[in-house]
Amino acid sequence: MSSSNEPAHSRGFGLSLRLFRKRDFYAGLLMIGFGLVMSIHGPTYSLGTLMHMGPGFLPTALGVLLIGIGITISLTAIGVPDGEDEDILPAHPQWFAWACILASPLLFIVFGMYGGLAPATFACVFVASLGDHKAGWFAGIVLSLIITVFGVLLFHFVLQIPMPVLKFFEWSIL
Amino acid sequence: MITTAISDLAHGFSVIIYDPNTWFHLSINLLWCFIGVLIGNMVGVLPGMGPLATISILLPLTFGMKPVGAIVMLGAVMYGAQYGGAICSILLNLPCHPPHAVTCLDGYPMTKQGRGGVALGVTVMASFVGASWGITEMIFLSPILVRVALQFGPAEICSLMLLGLLAGSTLARGSPLKGVAMTVLGLMLGIVGSDIETGAERFTFGITELDDGIELIALALGLFGLAEFMNSVNQQAEINTKYTNVRLRDMRPTREDVRRSVFPMMRGTIIGSLCALIPGTGPTIASFVAYATEKKVSKTPEKFGTGMIEGVVCPETSTHSSTQGDFIPTMSLGIPGDAVMALLLGALMIQGIVPGPQLITQHPDVFWGLVASFWIGNIMLVLLNVPLIGIWVKLLTIPYKYLYPSAMFFVCIGVYAANNDMFQVGEVLAIGILGYVLLRLGFHPAPILLGFVLGPRFEENFRRAMLISRGDILVFLERPISAVFIALATILVVGQLYFRLKGGKKQVVPGDTVEQPLAAE
Repeated sequence: MSSSNEPAHSRGFGLSLRLFRKRDFYAGLLMIGFGLVMSIHGPTYSLGTLMHMGPGFLPTALGVLLIGIGITISLTAIGVPDGEDEDILPAHPQWFAWACILASPLLFIVFGMYGGLAPATFACVFVASLGDHKAGWFAGIVLSLIITVFGVLLFHFVLQIPMPVLKFFEWSIL
Repeated sequence: MITTAISDLAHGFSVIIYDPNTWFHLSINLLWCFIGVLIGNMVGVLPGMGPLATISILLPLTFGMKPVGAIVMLGAVMYGAQYGGAICSILLNLPCHPPHAVTCLDGYPMTKQGRGGVALGVTVMASFVGASWGITEMIFLSPILVRVALQFGPAEICSLMLLGLLAGSTLARGSPLKGVAMTVLGLMLGIVGSDIETGAERFTFGITELDDGIELIALALGLFGLAEFMNSVNQQAEINTKYTNVRLRDMRPTREDVRRSVFPMMRGTIIGSLCALIPGTGPTIASFVAYATEKKVSKTPEKFGTGMIEGVVCPETSTHSSTQGDFIPTMSLGIPGDAVMALLLGALMIQGIVPGPQLITQHPDVFWGLVASFWIGNIMLVLLNVPLIGIWVKLLTIPYKYLYPSAMFFVCIGVYAANNDMFQVGEVLAIGILGYVLLRLGFHPAPILLGFVLGPRFEENFRRAMLISRGDILVFLERPISAVFIALATILVVGQLYFRLKGGKKQVVPGDTVEQPLAAE
């Protein structure tokens, strides 16, 4: 991932192109973004005085501080030569696995609200298991079934979490 | 002083062991302690699971328990994981738990020579010695610290928190500047919700579920569960199980091994207990300092890395002594040193216990019960690790493809169970995405938790200090104790800047330095 691997001509564009390969530059930008949200939104909650601080005082102060830190991170990124790992994405992006991992809690929410604990657990574990490229469908189903049985026993019957095991609109089991 | 300490400790033991209302007069806390160390040891062994995610998952399950049981169990997970983590480093050469990363350097070569069992044996011994010292330190030091800290006004508390936050964010892994940025981000996330004094809704953006603020569990599980899974999915190294056949018989060290371990153990204990007292330098830094020291005092430094028993014993002892010692500032001052301690403090707050110097006098059951449970838990861990080593080694072979989907379920149900609210599962999702972006941008998210937990108390005390001083910001420098903390914080920042500029880019980042030689292997 080091700069020596890339074609020589890309280095010729100088500062402007190099900036976009700098991880720290974006890291600083993100912090500036958070800082801006805080410092712009903060004063709407009334700042107060130093003696009687309003609810908006600390957020605004922190926002300004974070903007300062963000600018420093970005500026130091420009000055330093490219490091080893400047790519924001990892060497082998796992888009499918990431989608699976993110879909897992999403399905838990949806099935939990409209289907109950058992389908939610099954969907959550099964979808997450698909993310690993060594995992097969069958192993995923078996794992999900085991976790579903275990989860229902532990959380519904032992810990008594108020979530029906299985429900279909008005109709529910347990 | 010693007599009061002993009588307090006796009280702690009675809280943990004795309960007249139960069958056999044994307290349920004993069971919680056992469950805690068992789960802790298990997640410590499993590559790819950390104590942070585990404690966050268990946190909602402790809501129904008494405060003593809850904190005893969660604490036990934390130090139990330290015992398990060493197994993973020594037998598999996987530095998956930062405090044990350095143990790989000499532990794995020992395994390759067929002395993995011995390495594990002396590690258990070293762990117990280190932990015992850490606990003793806690027994005697905490009351002294508390006596000083009870004199603190809002200004002193504020300066102390500032020092704690700065140390926690700049001394931990990665760039200090980015660490500070994460702390500020954590403070900001702590602001979301209703203002304590005026009740004004801040940064809720009209979402009523956010009125009570961001849920601590959702934050911890998003950052250390979801984001970690995204980071490590399909990135797991092949687990080499060639050397994992360790039996009890193999663990017995020879007389020579014991003789060589005694002094490293003592050095490790001292280093660990010193690191515990400086906020922000937890077990990980202690282990690196210990390894470097051991190499320096050794007569044969060139042999390090080829399976020197000293290189295993010293870092392991320091890790354990530091792990137990980390509880000192957390429990006696209410200032957590790292993210795990922040989470434990959060657990106390959820139980309705306000952390701070008044904790020991107001809740002696919690404090001394916890201290007593450390002894019992560590003895349980030694008993668990020596005869049952075969079972733990088997656990190492559980593949990640089964682990993380199961963990996803526990993340979802755990955060749901906290308030029986699906919105918080969504919170985990959002924070998880943010956490992964931060990880990819080179931030270490642990200080977020530190800022988040301390944030509301920091704001409260800051406002109070300003009110008392009639808006004079110089009050922090005029009061002597507060000035000392501010001076220490300044030295910390200036010192880091100085070393940064002097050393150029050749900075020592623990956790990153070992990965190079290991990756090359």
